[in-house]
Amino acid sequence: MAVKDYIRQRFFPHMWCAGCGHGIILNALLRAVDNLGLNKKNIVMVSGIGCSARISGYVDFHSMHTIHGRALAYATGVKMSKPELNVIVPMGDGDALAIGGNHFIHAARRNIEMTAIVMNNRIYGMTGGQFSPLSGYGSMGTTAPYGNIDHNFDVVDLSVAAGATFVARTTTYHVHELSDLIEQAIVHKGFSVLEVLSQCPTHFGRRNKVGDAVDMLKVYKKRTVRIGSEKKQTDPDLIERGVFVKKDLPEYCREYDQLILKARQNR
Amino acid sequence: MNKNIKFIQGNEVCVEAALYAGLEFFAGYPITPSTEIAEQMASRLPRIGGKFLQMEDEISSLCAITGASLTGHKAMTATSGPGFSLMQEALGYAVMAEIPCVIVNVMRGGPSTGLPTHAGQGDVNQARYGTHGDHAIIALTASNHQDIFRMTVEAFNFAETYRTPVILLLDEATGHLREKIEIPEPGNIPLVKRLRTSVKSGIDYHPYLPREDGRLPMSDFGDEHRYNVTGLYHDMWGFPSDNPKIVYGLIRHLVDKIENNSHQIARFRKHHVKDADVLLISYGASARSALHLVENRRSRGEKLGLLELQTLWPFPVDIVREACNNVKFTVVVEMNMGQVLQQVRLAADMPEKIFLANRIDGELITPTDIRNILRVIQGKGV
Repeated sequence: MAVKDYIRQRFFPHMWCAGCGHGIILNALLRAVDNLGLNKKNIVMVSGIGCSARISGYVDFHSMHTIHGRALAYATGVKMSKPELNVIVPMGDGDALAIGGNHFIHAARRNIEMTAIVMNNRIYGMTGGQFSPLSGYGSMGTTAPYGNIDHNFDVVDLSVAAGATFVARTTTYHVHELSDLIEQAIVHKGFSVLEVLSQCPTHFGRRNKVGDAVDMLKVYKKRTVRIGSEKKQTDPDLIERGVFVKKDLPEYCREYDQLILKARQNR
Repeated sequence: MNKNIKFIQGNEVCVEAALYAGLEFFAGYPITPSTEIAEQMASRLPRIGGKFLQMEDEISSLCAITGASLTGHKAMTATSGPGFSLMQEALGYAVMAEIPCVIVNVMRGGPSTGLPTHAGQGDVNQARYGTHGDHAIIALTASNHQDIFRMTVEAFNFAETYRTPVILLLDEATGHLREKIEIPEPGNIPLVKRLRTSVKSGIDYHPYLPREDGRLPMSDFGDEHRYNVTGLYHDMWGFPSDNPKIVYGLIRHLVDKIENNSHQIARFRKHHVKDADVLLISYGASARSALHLVENRRSRGEKLGLLELQTLWPFPVDIVREACNNVKFTVVVEMNMGQVLQQVRLAADMPEKIFLANRIDGELITPTDIRNILRVIQGKGV
């Protein structure tokens, strides 16, 4: 199918700013779904609140645009009650790891099969440029006018520690890699986390004087390397891309099926 | 056929009734005095192929059942005061997105941590006004186990009929009380099934376009029709909209579908109300003491009656007004500082003839407490 067959044209034009990275993620996601040959009626996209969350309206899947931070909690109810559905949960950095941080680590701990995509633009865009838990020390935001003194989470480290069984990272510059990693994350039988560095030229770019969208994409090109690259040894500040964790552990819905069998035997 | 009679806690009755109503999905978080509901669900649901989830908090519990409901399953959560406070935003979402589900709040003494193991009825207003923005809500309650069963089933029926979350306000006293309950035979209480759309695949389905009777047929997530669900104001497809006409139409629909059906939703019991010259109005555990007093004084020839409310929201204004008009005065019996009293005064033609008999110290209000207040009102002294 063509990519346009996966979108709701009625909903366009989208509301993202010119130069925003989120459209690239939408594009890569639809290509991944197409490559996998998934049936649209078997996909549920659940999102929270923020710029990133609007992605669920644009796709022609079952879609749920919920409340701030709780997308994974709604998604858990959807997946548990109908495990045959593919559940994709795109979230912003604040959505996933500030207000939604608790749900994030608990969904990872349960290893429930769903695909969490952290669309990390390091800022609260929709409310106009406040710092997020992924902005990083020293960054500027409307609520950090003298420079941010909050340290950031590392999404990969956090996800691994919380028990996610598939953890990967890439950027909106590396579009083929992005699409490929989304595919891998969807196929993975367990909780998968994909962090995507996504540029916000309007708020992060402007306030931190890192240039326009193209400049920001160039940074992703220059300042990221594949996992295991030798460059990282000489330049430790480089950000690694690729699959950090991929392991086969019992998935929550399948565990619950076993529990049902046990409960029925004990009756 | 042997009757199915049990001697169990009110919380357990609620579980029996939910399963009778066709519950398939429960998510919750432990909190006194509602925990027995979660414990029983953890044991019972998997045996029938249902799902029990212990979530990381009450917020995610309500979110999870809302998600489960969209896949076509009857879903419920149970909590108490502090947990109910945490649920308020997700409650508003279920109201806005019109997703059927049942929220049980076994009330304890508040505010804050308050009195976890004592009875209270302080969440009547929170059930109505807790979430932000104008909206209507259905909240039910019951004073004895047979009625807890009935009202739990009704909660599921109203949730499906009106495509809305329904709140069941129990309290610590009835929740932990053990008494006899006869579990009705299957079919004795009618069940409302999920109304699903008859629109065929490939034809435009409007998830948020009410039929002429006001009901909105649903389509399960996973079925052919793919649509958008949002907490934003939305059009008939579920797409966000800030068009003033659409916004106005939706808020009117959300309020009217419940307020205009308040007579259909009103559940109450009248005990000796017909010839009463003094009326008690009560609900939940307080109504047990009120009823005891009424029976006791009737045997002495005093014309005391009790209107026991089971639907608290939408408030049954006409029923209350009529009952108050036929008596010398009315006493509202409750375990809070007058939350239902306020509504009765608004409903009554002569609010100056409405009085309060309450306890707010965590102890169950007794028939003697009520009688003492009656004597004061009647100028007899205590």
